[in-house]
Amino acid sequence: MATRTRYAPDRGLTVRMTATMFLLGLVFVAFVALIIGIMAAAHASAAAIILIALIFGGGSAFISLFYSDKIALAAAGAREVSPQQAPELHGIVDRLCALADMPKPRVAIAPTRMPNAFATGRNSANSVLCVTEGLLYHSGLTQEELEGVLAHELSHVAHKDVQVMTYASLLAIVAGLLVRFAFYSELFGGGRGRGGNNGNAALLIPLIMLASAVVYAISFLLIRLLSRYRELAADRSGALLTQNPSALISALTKVSQGMNRIPTQDLRAAEPLNAFYFAPAMKLHGGASLSAIFSTHPSLEKRIEQLSKIQRELGQVGPDPRGLQ
Amino acid sequence: MGFLDTLFGRTKPVQPKLDDLFGLPSAAIQLEAATGFKPTGSGSVSFRAAEGKPFADIQKEVLELLDMDNGKPGGGLPIEVTKDSYGYTWLISNHLSDEMDALVTDLHEVNTALVDGGFGPQLLCTLVAFRDDNHRSLSLVYLYKRGTFYPFAPVGSGNNRDNALELQVKGVLGEDLKFEPDLTRWFPVWGAPGL
Repeated sequence: MATRTRYAPDRGLTVRMTATMFLLGLVFVAFVALIIGIMAAAHASAAAIILIALIFGGGSAFISLFYSDKIALAAAGAREVSPQQAPELHGIVDRLCALADMPKPRVAIAPTRMPNAFATGRNSANSVLCVTEGLLYHSGLTQEELEGVLAHELSHVAHKDVQVMTYASLLAIVAGLLVRFAFYSELFGGGRGRGGNNGNAALLIPLIMLASAVVYAISFLLIRLLSRYRELAADRSGALLTQNPSALISALTKVSQGMNRIPTQDLRAAEPLNAFYFAPAMKLHGGASLSAIFSTHPSLEKRIEQLSKIQRELGQVGPDPRGLQ
Repeated sequence: MGFLDTLFGRTKPVQPKLDDLFGLPSAAIQLEAATGFKPTGSGSVSFRAAEGKPFADIQKEVLELLDMDNGKPGGGLPIEVTKDSYGYTWLISNHLSDEMDALVTDLHEVNTALVDGGFGPQLLCTLVAFRDDNHRSLSLVYLYKRGTFYPFAPVGSGNNRDNALELQVKGVLGEDLKFEPDLTRWFPVWGAPGL
């Protein structure tokens, strides 16, 4: 017997995400082809630079993935809390995990006044869900709204977003390193080359630098685009899990308003973690369209628009009067 | 979750498993024989109410359906509805201590109505309460998404649970009921209605 399901999958989002990942893959293939071409030219110094960049880039990506939970907790200054220390928080997470049939992540609290939350860890067994004290005590979120935020973060865990984003960023990391290495070797290594190779090196190394810079720029934009789609996907899954998109909308509104009230020093301190946060801590200055391209999170309007669609699917038209003034 | 679901960041709502609930009546007899814990006759279904009218309609239908049975022989007291501090709704059915079959039928009626309405993923757990002669309370919690049971034995007014008793119950009933093997999923339901 087929069980009835009330929700059509969001094909538009799936298509856009596929297209982004396809483009990333395309850039990756082109880049690898270029590197193999350069390697085939058998130029020793260029090949060495590429090899070192691959090892360093791959190594640092692997380490940051493997220790993502510890790194993120340390960066946020968060400590893990037991069910006895934070029974309410654990209670909400327990129930959401039971609803979603997923293993329970560890729970941590960060002593920051900025209202936010993030989830990290390379797989569900090693994941940790962290909320800031600001979100728990100072943001004025109701229990339902807090639950919406936690459901969003648990969806990141379920979607393995840390893994997906690390793999997606691998290319950009290697390309970024290549630009730097090629630049330094141009600066310091130019004179030391052996006789006949010098003519080739003068051409090849700037070529690597240029190609890497282009690849870096393109993949950076694609990664940010992918990150925004993953946020929308987490919003959607979170809202479907609690069946309460209205609470998530009002939580988003409250948290974003809270963001703007916080002094900049806090925000800058939180910048490196931005990609895994519930709402972005850093606001880019400059044109609205430009900041939208570089942003890790979709705009509040986009997120609310998507959630309103789920509200309508649940048979309710119009926003929840509690959350939006 | 499959590879594609991970790739596209999708989660499929998890459908509940209902059938294992029917193991309860025979397990209750076994439990009483081995530990002296008797059913109180009270059981509840906990679910996460969805916003919007369709869900409210279904909830109303379920209540009307169950209340129609009351007053007939074997029918219990009217269904109680409460909402806990976590925002989950509990429908509590009260029967006599020896009417375990009727109780399970009531609980099953709630489940099937929600599943038929397309709200199966909203089911959280079912709780059936037991008590022994020393007034210790114990409940068997059924996790809908896993199709497994676990015991929950709160002690005193603080948030303490009697782990020894819980493990003893698992040992006694482990053959008859499907118990949840992952102990981290034995989450406490402090202050659950009908406990």
